[in-house]
Amino acid sequence: MHYLPNIIFAIILIAGIGFFVKNIKKIIRNINLGKDINRSDNKSARWKNMAYIALGQSKMVRRPVAGILHIVVYLGFIIINIEVIEIIIDGLFGTHRILSFMGGFYSFLIGSFEILAFLVLVSVTIFWIRRMIVRIPRFWNKEMKGFPKNDALYILYFEMVLMSLFLIMNASDIPFQIVNTGNPISQFLAPIFSGMSHETAHLIEQTAWWIHIVGILIFLNYLYYSKHLHILLAFPNTFYANLEAKGKFTNDKNVTKEVKMMMDPDADPYAAPPEGEEDAIPEKFGASDVTDLNWVQLMNAYTCTECGRCTSVCPANLTGKELSPRNIMMKTRDRLEEVGENIDKNGEFKDDNKQLLNDYITPEELWACTTCNACVEECPVNIDPLSIIMEMRRYLVMEQSAAPQELNIMMTNIENNGAPWQYNQMDRLNWKDEE
Amino acid sequence: MNVPTMAEMMAQGKQPEVLFWVGAAGSYDDRAKKITRAFVKILHKANVDFAVLGTEESSTGDVAKRAGNEFLFQMQAMMNIEVLNGYEIKTIVTADPHSYNTFKNEYPELGGNYKVYHHTQYIKKLIADGRLSLDDTKLKDKRVTYHDPCYLGRANGEYESPRAIIRKMGVNLLEMKRNKSSALCCGAGGAQMFKDAEKGDKEINILRTEDALETKPQIIATGCPYCNTMMTDGVKAKNSENTVKVLDIAELIVDSQNL
Ligand code: SF4
Ligand code: SF4
Repeated sequence: MHYLPNIIFAIILIAGIGFFVKNIKKIIRNINLGKDINRSDNKSARWKNMAYIALGQSKMVRRPVAGILHIVVYLGFIIINIEVIEIIIDGLFGTHRILSFMGGFYSFLIGSFEILAFLVLVSVTIFWIRRMIVRIPRFWNKEMKGFPKNDALYILYFEMVLMSLFLIMNASDIPFQIVNTGNPISQFLAPIFSGMSHETAHLIEQTAWWIHIVGILIFLNYLYYSKHLHILLAFPNTFYANLEAKGKFTNDKNVTKEVKMMMDPDADPYAAPPEGEEDAIPEKFGASDVTDLNWVQLMNAYTCTECGRCTSVCPANLTGKELSPRNIMMKTRDRLEEVGENIDKNGEFKDDNKQLLNDYITPEELWACTTCNACVEECPVNIDPLSIIMEMRRYLVMEQSAAPQELNIMMTNIENNGAPWQYNQMDRLNWKDEE
Repeated sequence: MNVPTMAEMMAQGKQPEVLFWVGAAGSYDDRAKKITRAFVKILHKANVDFAVLGTEESSTGDVAKRAGNEFLFQMQAMMNIEVLNGYEIKTIVTADPHSYNTFKNEYPELGGNYKVYHHTQYIKKLIADGRLSLDDTKLKDKRVTYHDPCYLGRANGEYESPRAIIRKMGVNLLEMKRNKSSALCCGAGGAQMFKDAEKGDKEINILRTEDALETKPQIIATGCPYCNTMMTDGVKAKNSENTVKVLDIAELIVDSQNL
């Protein structure tokens, strides 16, 4: 029976990690439902983006207060997790503070962790105040109801609890407090426990220890359901982000093929397609569902932190339109999840008479976009909501001829007289003799 | 105005140093035509050997592309490329950031490779090359705020050329609270120019005009004919047209130089 705690610990650890791996695999499968797009060029620029934007959080500090607090939480969270190594070893082998043999360095580490834990606790509390008391508008847009709103709060509570447990664990560790180094924060909590019997304090320490590690494993597995996936996906997402000028929209290759054919006087439209292309299914133009998007766009959807920075600078949203670029990403993720569950259940995708267009994202939202790129510029993890909007507009126009009437007139004018207005092409140079 | 066309140039066996792409707004819209003429005056002043396509110019297809009509865009692009390559055009300048953007970024893949300048970049180059100098007395200390067009700014990272020119005129350049990469759109982009806005509680151009008016400007400068229209309408809606002028940077130069 002596090994029971070790065995329980091992089982919890394996289950926690195993479940996490299973979910990660699911995410990868879902992302791969997207179409191919080559983003393997210019590796050095990509690594640089990842280093600056994901690791260095360079875009976070466009908003200094949130940015700096976020860096504290992020650094704290990563660094304190080094402590998890010790926790795992202790848990598996029944040791206690196995790494303390490092002496002064150990005290230094634990001391730094304590200070960071305290800073994280403070930052997270400020985050909570910004959300719930100051009520910063981007956290209260209409898409931030129900789970999305609670998700953000759960994470804050999680971090508060985990950080507190870490400090309590140290404060109630009486031998550790007696050594009295590496306890810059917990020493102030220690008096609470010092009056207790050794057994009680030990029990509290052990309980804190267990809840702490189990909490970490739960948190790890909560990621999959949460906007908090960004702590992992921010890295590939910034790596594979678009490197071209933001104004460059893709030229649809299938359209190029057709247009070339139309413009080539020698082309025979009835000619058999060249070898190897016979069974290329005629592609749909644009996107009406998540599987018409490319995998980077789908990864974007999983990476979105729902911070709403994009929406808070979107000219359409600022003027009360239905469009919210954050919501474009959230709906894309919701639909992708739905498609994923469908595949889990049926082995392959079974038509559910739903799609991203209309069932999730409405034409009204799509037509409100000015293609201004403000959302893309603002996103701290280089998500591109505009590219999804454009793909869906393409579907509306090229597959359904469903543009707003005024735009149809504009396009007819371009076809007829080479300008968006109804003017005679022969009058194009009249300006030079006016005035 | 003396504005040679490519066809005329060709007939004389000449090749201009730059093609001025006028664009649909610059050709037909009464307000934008003034910008076009202002820029031509600057080209004349700097003795630039330029030409236009005239009646051979057609829509770049940019607005069709933003509306989602990739077919129409690519048709227009390939037709234009045929004309441009037929004339062996190497360098293009335009006062329309939307044309600038599509030539620079989207035409190359379709076979149109040109050195492309926005007119503010071209003017900056003319100054740097010593072909044009700006007078900094006439507009001295005028309060001027500059609105970044999305397709010049965020889309292509060009924030400095327009500002560099404006500063050279001795004015008091004021920044709006949202400027450069965080500038707010005027509301015209993405084909919005050609349709009514979706249901909302405000027009985008009004919001942007309010940004501009907060700086208490005498002049709102911009570098795009569509932004110009939007801001002009905004200033009117705010009953400020008597105190605030909306001008393209080319027009500012013409004013400051008495061209
Ligand atoms: S590109 Fe469209 S969605 Fe993005 S900020 Fe501009 S208007 Fe909003
Ligand atoms: S797309 Fe980017 S800016 Fe917008 S909510 Fe998601 S993470 Fe934030």
